[in-house]
Amino acid sequence: MDDIDDEPLETTVPGVDSKNRHMGFCFCLGELLVFETSFKRRDAVRGVKGSPLLHFVHKDDEIYSPVLRKLFNESRSIFVALQNSSEEGTVKTKRPQCVQVSRQYRSVLRAAMEDMNQLAVSTRDPNLKNRYGSQVSVLSAMELIWNLCEVLFIESATAGSLLHHLLDWVRLHVCEVDTKASAVLNSESPTEHQDYWHVVTGYVLQGRMDDARQMLAMFARESIPGSGTRNLCKTLDSLMKKMPIFVPGSNQTLTEFELKWQHWREECDRYLQDGTFASNPKLEMICKILLGDEDSLLEQKEILTTWYHFMISRLLYSHPTVKPTELLCYAQSSLDIFLGRESAAESLDNILMAAFELDVHQVIKDCSIALSNWWFVAHLTDLLYHCKPLQSHNLNFGTNMREFLLLEYASGLFSHHSLWQLAVDYFDYCHEFGKVYLERHIERVPLDTEHKALKVLRICEKRQMTMQVQSICKIMAMKAVRNKRLGSALSWSIRAKDAAFATLISDRFLQGYCISGSFSDLDLIDNLGPAMLLSDRLTFLGKYREFHRMYGEKKFSDAARLLLQLMTAKIAPQSFWMTLLTDALPLLEQKKVIFSAGQTYELMRCLEDLTLGNPEQRNEHHNIEQEDDVETTKVEMLRLALARNLAKAIVQEGTLDGS
Amino acid sequence: MDNLCGKFVSLKISKSRWRPISSSALQQPEVFATGSWDNEENKISVWCFGDFAASGMEEVYEVEPQLLCEMKHNGDVLDLQFLDVERMVTASSTGSVTVYRHHQNNQTLSISQRWERAHYHSCDSAPCTGIVCNSPEIVTVGEDGRINFFRVDHKEVIRTLDNADSSTLHAVTFLRTTEILTVNSNGQLKIWDSRQQGNEPSQIFSVTGDRVPLYCVDKHPNQQHIVATGGQDGMLCIWDVRNRKMPVSLLNAHEAEMWEVHFHPSNPDHLFTCSEDGTLWHWDASVSTAEIPTFLHQGGRNTTLLSRTTFGQISVNQSVSSAWLTMDTSKGRLEITNLLPSYTMSVNSLDVLEQCLVCGTDGEAIYVTKKMPV
Repeated sequence: MDDIDDEPLETTVPGVDSKNRHMGFCFCLGELLVFETSFKRRDAVRGVKGSPLLHFVHKDDEIYSPVLRKLFNESRSIFVALQNSSEEGTVKTKRPQCVQVSRQYRSVLRAAMEDMNQLAVSTRDPNLKNRYGSQVSVLSAMELIWNLCEVLFIESATAGSLLHHLLDWVRLHVCEVDTKASAVLNSESPTEHQDYWHVVTGYVLQGRMDDARQMLAMFARESIPGSGTRNLCKTLDSLMKKMPIFVPGSNQTLTEFELKWQHWREECDRYLQDGTFASNPKLEMICKILLGDEDSLLEQKEILTTWYHFMISRLLYSHPTVKPTELLCYAQSSLDIFLGRESAAESLDNILMAAFELDVHQVIKDCSIALSNWWFVAHLTDLLYHCKPLQSHNLNFGTNMREFLLLEYASGLFSHHSLWQLAVDYFDYCHEFGKVYLERHIERVPLDTEHKALKVLRICEKRQMTMQVQSICKIMAMKAVRNKRLGSALSWSIRAKDAAFATLISDRFLQGYCISGSFSDLDLIDNLGPAMLLSDRLTFLGKYREFHRMYGEKKFSDAARLLLQLMTAKIAPQSFWMTLLTDALPLLEQKKVIFSAGQTYELMRCLEDLTLGNPEQRNEHHNIEQEDDVETTKVEMLRLALARNLAKAIVQEGTLDGS
Repeated sequence: MDNLCGKFVSLKISKSRWRPISSSALQQPEVFATGSWDNEENKISVWCFGDFAASGMEEVYEVEPQLLCEMKHNGDVLDLQFLDVERMVTASSTGSVTVYRHHQNNQTLSISQRWERAHYHSCDSAPCTGIVCNSPEIVTVGEDGRINFFRVDHKEVIRTLDNADSSTLHAVTFLRTTEILTVNSNGQLKIWDSRQQGNEPSQIFSVTGDRVPLYCVDKHPNQQHIVATGGQDGMLCIWDVRNRKMPVSLLNAHEAEMWEVHFHPSNPDHLFTCSEDGTLWHWDASVSTAEIPTFLHQGGRNTTLLSRTTFGQISVNQSVSSAWLTMDTSKGRLEITNLLPSYTMSVNSLDVLEQCLVCGTDGEAIYVTKKMPV
């Protein structure tokens, strides 16, 4: 077994007295059932009564948040589209496609974050407010990590454009400067505002030169024309304006850019050495920043807020052509310098560090531990898998990481009473174990209504899961039988092609007929069609009903032929022959001859078979004299009728032949 | 479609319906109701979709539906129909039928009438699967094969047909004021005359040799003998209930269950279907009729141009509706478009009124548009 990465968390279940009693538990999908057993702990206080309650402990609580449900639903379609698109296309066309998908995921994540934020703002209850607030921060951390992974692993930016992307990343996630800027601009005299220099410096730190220059221009305008300050502003402005920026995709080579940048840097350095800005400490500070002076950067800790902002600003002004492989060393030192000895790195810092180390697996591993749901790692891993095959990192589970994470995520969804439908698509794209997981999970979906059963059934039929189809139909058929809805039950067993059950229900129908003398659910039985062939008994039921219809329509000879066929072709169960023969009685007694001589012989043979076949049986089972009497009279009446009919038939056939 | 507005609502939507608009007003529908299913706590919700008359055209269409009010609903909402502008009726999986009143002045919902256990088995309740309203009458059908007749102002059921069907009844609609149509899971379409005694249907229609369950039914708004149904195999069946026991045309449509079919109420050469396969189709038969230059057709068009009376509308549709009956040979002339993005989850319900369309999916999203090209 692998070493444990993290200490397991302890969860206390309110209401369970674990101090005095042993706890019992039972695993379920994504849930745990916890209860107090009647076993007391040895150190228990005496006379403590056990609680009769069962407690459900959910694995991931977040699945129940309405905001995150939107996230799960919306990301599903992105996921499915990605699985379908990736089959065609080469690596070159794939990259922009993957970046596109990554941005879609991020925008969904952002939308969820905003919704959650809205909720946190509008809620009054302090507990809930806290919970929403912490979820907002989790979501924003997720987006931060995702975005960094997008830059490093999906865009795979090279030197030059790498910093460009990293700057965008920082600008997107550290945006206090924008809120402050609007406050400053809306005030009566912006340059007097306490945050004015904060904003200017903030812009410079993020490399937003145009914004910074505009802000600075305001200051220059308000200073006395011709004064030193104004000239200083002008000088700094031109320095900022001149700052070379690498434009990815332009004709400029990296060496050209480096040369230009070095030149510009020397110019800045010259001004600083001259002491040009010495009269104005604020402007001098900005100039120092432009030179990438570490101490000056560190002084802006309050504006930078995070070590990774510090790192990017540092790179911007000291090493703008940083290569991906060099990132780690900058990240490490930035973290150490920025945090100092005051605080230790948190899990978010570790994850970002792993990303800068370009260690995908470590990122995913750390995220799995730190985040409380599988959404993030499952989707990110899947996307990375699609954008360039991850060197499949085999786990002990015998499947690759992507599949393992997707299975975990989907299993979590399946434990939810409503989101289970989403999970089906995820299982579809897990080639090794997806189907087995689906089979195991789908059997546990409670089927409250036919509507739901139909949906589950469609899922199974589409994937040729015959076993599950049969079991669902059987459940529904059993339910229908219990509710005395034989027609419905029959429809379900026909759908499952379940011959045994169809036989059972047909028997029920026949029993019902024997008791009441009429058929129920005629609309169904008359309309069986080819489904009738499912089981022998069902065929008999359908045919027998056909006989009744013919009889009702006074098509006597057709009816008679069918009746005889039912017995001679052994379609009818022998136990039912007596009823059939009794049905023949009125036909035999008709004035017109319906059964021909040959047919009558056959009927007689059937009767003899029946009476000869089970005299012993009858002695065992029918001990009641009276019933026996009824039976014998019936047989005698039949014999008489058959004999009379035979006589009539022979006479008639003789006459017809003669004429 | 471009101007389709999607909104995720964190509930699987089973039904969506526009609130009817008064015939006199020239306004577009704005308010619709939705019902959810398969949630621990289900809800019926009333939504408002945009201010149509507002200025600034571009901004108006970006507004998403706004929740006006919602209320807990016991069990899955298996059907939802507006009784009138203020009241709606829901069918629940618990077998009860509930009338809700929407108070528009303070945007609240209240229960104004409920029939508990309207549908039941001998030892358990049975889900009520379908409702049709013709105020004050309400007819419901259920998995128990029962047909109930209610009046909104009566506490007791007016009439019940026990064991009306041996299998589950999935949908019901009025054919005329005294006749109703039902479809069941044996693939049968039955006509019931409420004036007749006994619980036998007056007519049964079915596709012979096939027992494909039918899940939805709608009748042509002007020509009541034309009926459309859809079922498990996703096929669209058009029936002429005047004479033939067999469908007039069977059109290959969706890949999975067709959950609802609707003729456009005022422009019935347009038909809409939605399905488990995640598509919502717009069937446009006006293409085929436009090619038949008849005198009647011309006349009809002139009438509408001149007076815009309902009479004129009908005469236009007269020539059109025959399109549905003669379609089996001319399928090529029928224009069909899917209105939803690909990879949508099952579309459980749709409703169309004037130029407005709303649908709800298992992906917990509702899609609305006010610019249907009809």
